[in-house]
Amino acid sequence: MSTQPADDFTTATSDDILRVEHISKRYGAVTALVDVSLRLERGEVLGLIGDNGAGKSTLIKILCGFQQPTSGRIILNGEEVTFTSVTQARSAGIDVVYQDLALINQLTVYHNMFLNREPVRWPLLRNKVMRKQAQEHLDSMGIKTLRSVDVEVASLSGGQRQAIAVARSVFSDAKILLLDEPLAAMGVKEGAMILDIVREVKERGISVIIIAHNYGQVLEVCDRVNLLQGGKITYDKYARDTSVEELTNMVVAEYRKALEERQRAAS
Amino acid sequence: MSNVSETAERSPETVGAAPDRRKGPSVLSRAATMFLKQREASVLAIAVVLFIYFSVTTHAFFSHGSFVNIAQYMAPYTIIGIGLVLLMVCGEIDLSVGFVWTLSPYAMHFFVDSGIPTFFAIVIAILLLAVVVGGVNGVVTTRFGVPSLITTLATGYIIFGYTLTVSNAEQINLPTASLGLGHWFGSEAWSEFIWATVLVLIFHVLLTRTRWGLYTVSVGGNLLGARESGIRVNKIKIGNFMMCSGLGALAGILEAFKNDIIDPSAGQLNVVLVALAGVVIGGTAMLGGSGTMIGLWLGMLVLGILEDGFNLRGISSNKYLIILGAAILVAMIANTYLTRLRNAGRLQRSGDTPAKGGEGGGAVIGQIAKL
Repeated sequence: MSTQPADDFTTATSDDILRVEHISKRYGAVTALVDVSLRLERGEVLGLIGDNGAGKSTLIKILCGFQQPTSGRIILNGEEVTFTSVTQARSAGIDVVYQDLALINQLTVYHNMFLNREPVRWPLLRNKVMRKQAQEHLDSMGIKTLRSVDVEVASLSGGQRQAIAVARSVFSDAKILLLDEPLAAMGVKEGAMILDIVREVKERGISVIIIAHNYGQVLEVCDRVNLLQGGKITYDKYARDTSVEELTNMVVAEYRKALEERQRAAS
Repeated sequence: MSNVSETAERSPETVGAAPDRRKGPSVLSRAATMFLKQREASVLAIAVVLFIYFSVTTHAFFSHGSFVNIAQYMAPYTIIGIGLVLLMVCGEIDLSVGFVWTLSPYAMHFFVDSGIPTFFAIVIAILLLAVVVGGVNGVVTTRFGVPSLITTLATGYIIFGYTLTVSNAEQINLPTASLGLGHWFGSEAWSEFIWATVLVLIFHVLLTRTRWGLYTVSVGGNLLGARESGIRVNKIKIGNFMMCSGLGALAGILEAFKNDIIDPSAGQLNVVLVALAGVVIGGTAMLGGSGTMIGLWLGMLVLGILEDGFNLRGISSNKYLIILGAAILVAMIANTYLTRLRNAGRLQRSGDTPAKGGEGGGAVIGQIAKL
């Protein structure tokens, strides 16, 4: 009843902005993803949940162009695409936000927001313009946690950095945002701030995939939840039809099953 | 009696003192915070203190001749230091720049001998060495993943060996046709210093106010992040290697004109190490991602004042080396500490001032002008 990925998948509508069809990824003898199919509706927030080692990072790396799948197709806006680089995926509107990788510590917030797209009046950077626009953009997203866009990123907290990284992707006209563990190592208050930002992002019509293994808080903002277990999507449900308990039971059941199999094999 | 009540009151007083102090930071402490926010501030303070100390205690320190000494000491190191700052900010180093310094006046001489006017001979020598040496350093380092310390150690030896071979390890006189232009290129007392200072200002703007500078910081601060943002990191690194080699070539030519001789023992590794001392004392971190041209200038000024002051007091140059070593250690420890404070946000409390980060140097230039 609860495990019906195939059924849900066939209900895919033309309003899917992104569809992943039968993706597999092998690293030599290791298989990280097995025939994964998922879809992302336009403007929805999809929670991609799975325990460590379930294949979440691999899937993200494939979606953002960092790696290529061994087999399978990615369909963006109804057209098949292949990304050979992160830059390519980004220019197609898919942007991934890692908590620590994205920002340059030694630069100010506004320089980070504009990195590689700086307005220039040759040969000088137009810092005033950048500062003003960055501030306006953050204000419009309701990000008020910063004292000033003039501070160096190194002095920010984890939540602030995440906020800036998400804001930067929105600023660069991303259509699909992949958030990799956006709440990792974050306090409750900072987590709530990030979730508010995700709601704001959704309000702007941007589709979001949130990858998380600690899904309690994340479930608040998700429209739909997919469960990734052992390199397969095992569960696909709208968030209103599920609960933290059910998800927990799913994950624990999988763990029990694996344990029993191992014991059986040992005996 | 009154003594007793005072000591009795002292303990509650210390409890109450903290919020009092927080309510209104004194003008002095606020000024101190503002000052410390500038990376270059500590070096500037040291330079001023040393300058006053030697002016008061040392005969003839405050004189034109002594100032010329300082200027001529610091100028060539400052010029190659600019290249080293660029490279250290993007996470690399160049040991070969001192050997480019040795080779460049020979190259200039060769081009003058082939009938090229001196000015163009200088330009060609600088560009050629920048493209060839910097290019090889950059390409080997970025494409083959050889650490730049090793790459430039190797190319340094190659250049040095080549220089000694083609020159027969002999001094030669500057081409007589070139001597007229020499006034612009180092033989006038202040000309090398003016070159160094103008270049520092130009490269300060390059590092803090242009895309190139921003990307250089990004590459050194977060290589992967910079690459993912679409910055062509190898191009940035190779370009900075080229600029460093070009600056080394310029310094070598200026020194040849200043000393009125082309000498195979000029330059070499020692000048790189002295320049590195100035770079580090000026507040540029080895780790990449941060560095300052103004700090370099001030760091070299500190070394120049020390060298000149020690000289005038008759203290041997051997002892100067001890001070040089100690100064590097103290500067590094102080910088690490200040960076930690800055990152903890404690030095950014009054962060509403517009001059922060990229534009921080503006105020410092004003302060230097007062010197």
